[in-house]
Amino acid sequence: MLEFMEGSHAVAEIVKRCRPQVIAAYPITPQTHIVEDLAQMVANCEIDAEYITVESEFSALSACLGASAAGSRVYSATTSQGLALMFEVCFNVAGMRQPIVMTIANRSLGAPLSIWNDQQDSISLRDSGWLQFYAEDNQEAADLHMIAYRVCEDHDILLPAFVCFDGFILSHTYEPVSLPTQEEVDAYLPAFNPYQRLDAEAPLSFGMYATPEYYMEFRYEVDRAMHRAGEAFAKAGRAFGEQFGRDYSDPVEGYRLEDAETVLVAMGSICGTIKDAVDEMREHGRKVGLLKIRMFRPFPAREIADALEGASTVAVLDRNISLGCGGAVGTEVKAALQGSGAAVYDYIIALGGRDVRKRDIAAVVDLAEKGKGDMFYGLRTEVL
Amino acid sequence: MALRVGCVAPPGRALENKTGAWRVFKPTFEPEKCTKCGMCAMVCPEGCVHETEEGTFEPDLDYCKGCGICAEVCPKKCIRMEKEEK
Amino acid sequence: MAEVEQGCALFSAGHRACGGCGPALAARLLLKATGKNVIIAAATGCMEVFSTPYPETAWGVPWIHSLFENPAAVASGIEASLKRQGRSEKVVCIGGDGATLDIGMLCISGAFERGHDITYVCYDNEAYMNTGIQRSGATPYGASTTTSPAGKCSPGNVHQKKDMPAILAAHGAPYVATASIAYPNDFVQKVERAINTPGPCYIQVHTPCCTGWGFESGETLAMGKLAIETGLWVNYEMVDGAVEKVKKVKRKPVEEYLSKQKRFRHLFKPARRDDEIAKIQAIADANAERFGIDIKRKEPSE
Repeated sequence: MLEFMEGSHAVAEIVKRCRPQVIAAYPITPQTHIVEDLAQMVANCEIDAEYITVESEFSALSACLGASAAGSRVYSATTSQGLALMFEVCFNVAGMRQPIVMTIANRSLGAPLSIWNDQQDSISLRDSGWLQFYAEDNQEAADLHMIAYRVCEDHDILLPAFVCFDGFILSHTYEPVSLPTQEEVDAYLPAFNPYQRLDAEAPLSFGMYATPEYYMEFRYEVDRAMHRAGEAFAKAGRAFGEQFGRDYSDPVEGYRLEDAETVLVAMGSICGTIKDAVDEMREHGRKVGLLKIRMFRPFPAREIADALEGASTVAVLDRNISLGCGGAVGTEVKAALQGSGAAVYDYIIALGGRDVRKRDIAAVVDLAEKGKGDMFYGLRTEVL
Repeated sequence: MALRVGCVAPPGRALENKTGAWRVFKPTFEPEKCTKCGMCAMVCPEGCVHETEEGTFEPDLDYCKGCGICAEVCPKKCIRMEKEEK
Repeated sequence: MAEVEQGCALFSAGHRACGGCGPALAARLLLKATGKNVIIAAATGCMEVFSTPYPETAWGVPWIHSLFENPAAVASGIEASLKRQGRSEKVVCIGGDGATLDIGMLCISGAFERGHDITYVCYDNEAYMNTGIQRSGATPYGASTTTSPAGKCSPGNVHQKKDMPAILAAHGAPYVATASIAYPNDFVQKVERAINTPGPCYIQVHTPCCTGWGFESGETLAMGKLAIETGLWVNYEMVDGAVEKVKKVKRKPVEEYLSKQKRFRHLFKPARRDDEIAKIQAIADANAERFGIDIKRKEPSE
């Protein structure tokens, strides 16, 4: 049954049904509605969880780490400056193979301070060993949390995950969402069964230090687990489709790719706009399509190369920038398409909450087909 | 031996590291003067002073680093630290 | 002596601490007090490094190290998890003075403000020892460290020791104590009291460091005793914020303590710095006044 609700509320409702035992989160715009909703649920005894009102995001993720290692399913959410403050802990959590799922309500990073959306925050942690999923709409945002817990907690994976959805654009907008019942979630996501835990009956030392004799092999093991997570996601996504009717077995989603000559590549809510723009351009006879990246880490290089085989022009839209280099998604897509013969261009677009309209998408396609790319799109030249 | 996931280990393997090899000074315990107070065993940072059947104490020379704390605290001064001949 | 044996087993030999290490002894005594039904959250630092080079762990109890500054936050999460699971293990943090007083202030303040049922033991060797003896907020006035070295225009560390027990008592901690490995039974009893007091409890245990302070390894406990006898370290408890059970001493002049450590050698060589020694004596005198540590001699007429 579809219900009309705010994106943050949909996430909170799904997280509740995932039965976290410990929630530790620090409020930060635009994630606040999620943590406030969860606090109210705890106050009403709707969730059986400890809610720790930590004193910073750094402490939020540290507390989640402790609770996870002690044997609890945990949850947190953050964005932007908060995620940046968690940087040290993020690497620590992944290295310690704790299956923490955290919502990122994507927001730009200061300076200059901005509360508005882009994807710089989660993208900047792409090296950390966290799986990364990007939602196109609030239904995806809700669904991806369930799938993330299942993938992360797989004893063959044991990695943490960011479930990313665009701040304000998704978090604060109302969309129809189908929420599963508690029984349906329990059927899909069994009780947390930790691979190992802090336990006086079976003592273990967690987080030892590794000399040069061991460190590389530990990092290799994390990398291997990340690559296995791609398959695990496909499997869990297929099972999700069988149970709920919405298939997530693909880390990428093609839209009108069949005979597309120019393909746009993007992540997140911008894909909704792009799909509408593609439909309009198709009506005018332009052979365009969209490749949506749903899973950014592990990076689905093979799936991207396969999907884009027929395209002669590829335009990657990056809502982030690796300053002094270029957009992160564009850089990685170019690497994946090396040798394909396609012309691949990168467009830095919609940073810090700047709006993107269908005509902007069409303009990017024009630029790409004229061979103009690797640039910032839509700069207000009058202020430069 | 294969790595354990997450850089985790069960108890016990520190014992593989025989720190007695670090020693410069070696303790000699004189049980005749010992009043069995147990202070030496309590204050050893290695935990390698053990009670004998008679209730006196002796060092485990596999691990003893020769720090001399036991000799310093012994109320009867019946522990001597001497330069070890290797 | 079965308890002593258990202390050995829960923190085994084979660790890589310097011979005569104060913190290593503190770890053994801590586990003697807690027994095996404990989960330790440790900070990066000497104790963590010398006890857990993969795969040689010296710990026989569940133990977790995350980062330098966050054991109090990690412990908050562990405590919450155990509460949900209905488990009985005590949660104990252990960190050095650097981890606790300096970089860990954020996490420890938050954990204590929220009132988690944890015990935080700070082993105080008065500097960042593991990284090579740099000053911390616990470094005493006048001590020479590599980042507060004595030199032509510096007497060494010019800052006062941060009063962490008072800070945490001000957070409403029900039980706060200072202790010293020089009085091992007292430290063990204080740990036992802390872990059995509901709420966030704090113990700062003085753990002299032969390598960092510059004295012979066998003198570790003697140095701890002198710190107390000069009044530069005071052993006391704070119950709901009120000081009690102060250890009283027949006070010795601070020079007896300072002259035995290389970190204070600049106060004596190449020339005596009576002005600086007097400042340190004043600190000891102030401690004596504040805590009432001097054993009062009875007048003949009383």
